[in-house]
Amino acid sequence: MTHDLGGAAAPFIAIRGLTRRFGGFTALDDVSLDVPGGGLVALLGPSGSGKTTLLRILAGLDHADRGTVALDGLDLASQPARQRNVGLVFQHYALFRHLDVYENIAFALRVRRRPRAEVDARVRELLALIQLETLERRLPSQLSGGQRQRVALARALAARPRVLLLDEPFGALDAQVRAELRGWLRRLHDEIQLTTVFVTHDQDEAFEVADRVVVMNRGKIEQIGAPAEVFAQPANAFVMRFLGHVNVLDAELADGRARVGDVTLDVGSHHGDARGRIYVRPHDIALARAPGDGALAARVVRVTPLSRGLQIELQVPAIGARLRADLDWERGAALALRDGEDVFLSLRQARVFAPRREGPEAATEPPCGELPHAVHA
Amino acid sequence: MTRTGARVALPGAPAVIGDPGWVRGLVIGTAIAFVGLFVLVPLAAVFREALRAGLAAYGRALVDPAALAAGRLTLATAAIAVPLNVGFGIAAAWAIARVRFPGRAILTTLIDLPLAVSPVIAGMVFVLLFGAHGLLGPWLAAHDLHVIFALPGIVLATTFVTFPFVARELIPVMEAQGAEEEEAAIVLGASGLQTFWRVTLPRIKWGLLHGVVLCTARAVGEFGAVSVVSGHIRGRTNTLPLHVEILYNEYEYQAAFAVASVLVLIALASLVARRVIAHRVEAT
Repeated sequence: MTHDLGGAAAPFIAIRGLTRRFGGFTALDDVSLDVPGGGLVALLGPSGSGKTTLLRILAGLDHADRGTVALDGLDLASQPARQRNVGLVFQHYALFRHLDVYENIAFALRVRRRPRAEVDARVRELLALIQLETLERRLPSQLSGGQRQRVALARALAARPRVLLLDEPFGALDAQVRAELRGWLRRLHDEIQLTTVFVTHDQDEAFEVADRVVVMNRGKIEQIGAPAEVFAQPANAFVMRFLGHVNVLDAELADGRARVGDVTLDVGSHHGDARGRIYVRPHDIALARAPGDGALAARVVRVTPLSRGLQIELQVPAIGARLRADLDWERGAALALRDGEDVFLSLRQARVFAPRREGPEAATEPPCGELPHAVHA
Repeated sequence: MTRTGARVALPGAPAVIGDPGWVRGLVIGTAIAFVGLFVLVPLAAVFREALRAGLAAYGRALVDPAALAAGRLTLATAAIAVPLNVGFGIAAAWAIARVRFPGRAILTTLIDLPLAVSPVIAGMVFVLLFGAHGLLGPWLAAHDLHVIFALPGIVLATTFVTFPFVARELIPVMEAQGAEEEEAAIVLGASGLQTFWRVTLPRIKWGLLHGVVLCTARAVGEFGAVSVVSGHIRGRTNTLPLHVEILYNEYEYQAAFAVASVLVLIALASLVARRVIAHRVEAT
């Protein structure tokens, strides 16, 4: 099956049945993917999911054992890395440490033996774009992380590549610089409309920057879609667990309903197992001081203020589980919960997924959130 | 004796692990005495003996035709052996640091072989291969090619003895630097040769220079291996170290030490060069 990323026109990057093994480890397992021209696509997944391998094969630094990659209709297999004209930004930038900012950016043009005036004009243009005109004679070691990142990007863009590939572009930066550069990269893409694929393990980063998110796990594509789509309609338990914290509860399932403790709730589709797991996002747990219909009694273990509101850790005796609930500031202030107090929780929305065919689900689950999986009895 | 409890905490050293002062004194004193006895005294003796008969005699010993011929041969040998080993060293270091291939561990070990075997044995191997009664001897004789007791043999022996120096210097440097910058260069459109000249070489140049200095110092000073293959033909196949030996055996002590002092000066110069370069190697 080919995952289509939307574009009605012929895909700019067409990946078909790509497989790559390193010894006994399968980094990519029959991956097919289309990227439309001008798109900004994020490959999102935990480490070892194959996203960097995919990027390196696109750049020509690695080869596939099976499958093909075509760029603009041409098979890349016949083109060595140096002829692909692909811009690649490495995770740790890989700037030439013996060359200054100017010469780093000029490198792709120098090896193409472009006239001096043309090189100078292009380098000046890019220096202005990354706002580092005054630092052109600095060596990489004399720059901050964010500045190095921008130089690496300018260097990758110098020869006007057909595709821009970014490997964890913000991974090595501190949170504030990262947030700034994300916004900058998004604006830059809107300006130059260059087909871009970037690799990240950070969900926020993928959602904020990309038009389309490709969730990868163990060498396979789990789901593909716009950020809102992937978050609202996760295709399976892996995607649900990877995209933010989720509470996993053991439940009895029957006729589209799940029974948790002495509470029953509607979970829509159901796949026949009597015992199963339901998945509940922290923001889908409602809290109240008074008991209500379909509410479970719980005790507040810990209240942690976070940037977006309060994170409440709850102990639920009826099911012997610890859950996490997120409240916005307003609701949090209204309830004014303290550690050790009793509350009542109800589940606004819960999901059930079909069991995975290829083995025990636990093996594919990423570590999720701060809470231990206390629910798995 | 009331030295109990006299644990002297030197500035900068935590008292807990500070050894008693007299232990430090003993260790440092031993080291200095050892260096003095085995390095400085002999060094001084070389120059004292060389200059014993005055500067004029010193000069005469150096411009003696046999000494000059030995000097030329030594320089010629180094001028061939060192570039050969630079080429080999870069290739070997690149292969070991950048490529995973079968036999990589064996190659890494074999590079050290010349450091492990006695140079005399190295020389004998070449005699066994290229000598008149050696494996290739008859073929060489039939084509009127002279290896043993001639310049090619001396160059071969010197090259063998000195080949670890450049490679051993470069392997850790290239391994520490990783391949990312080279990958970046290739993706940016550089050919293999452009990548080498523009990225690889500038990054290893100080390590390379360090290796060249070590390699040259050894090439100039090599005695054992060269002694076996040279034949000691005065004015023709004598290098400087061999010339020193001949003079010494002929009881020309002053001349022997005068020529020896040149070798000592070359060694001292290479030590200074190493100190200067070592800082640069660390900085890259």
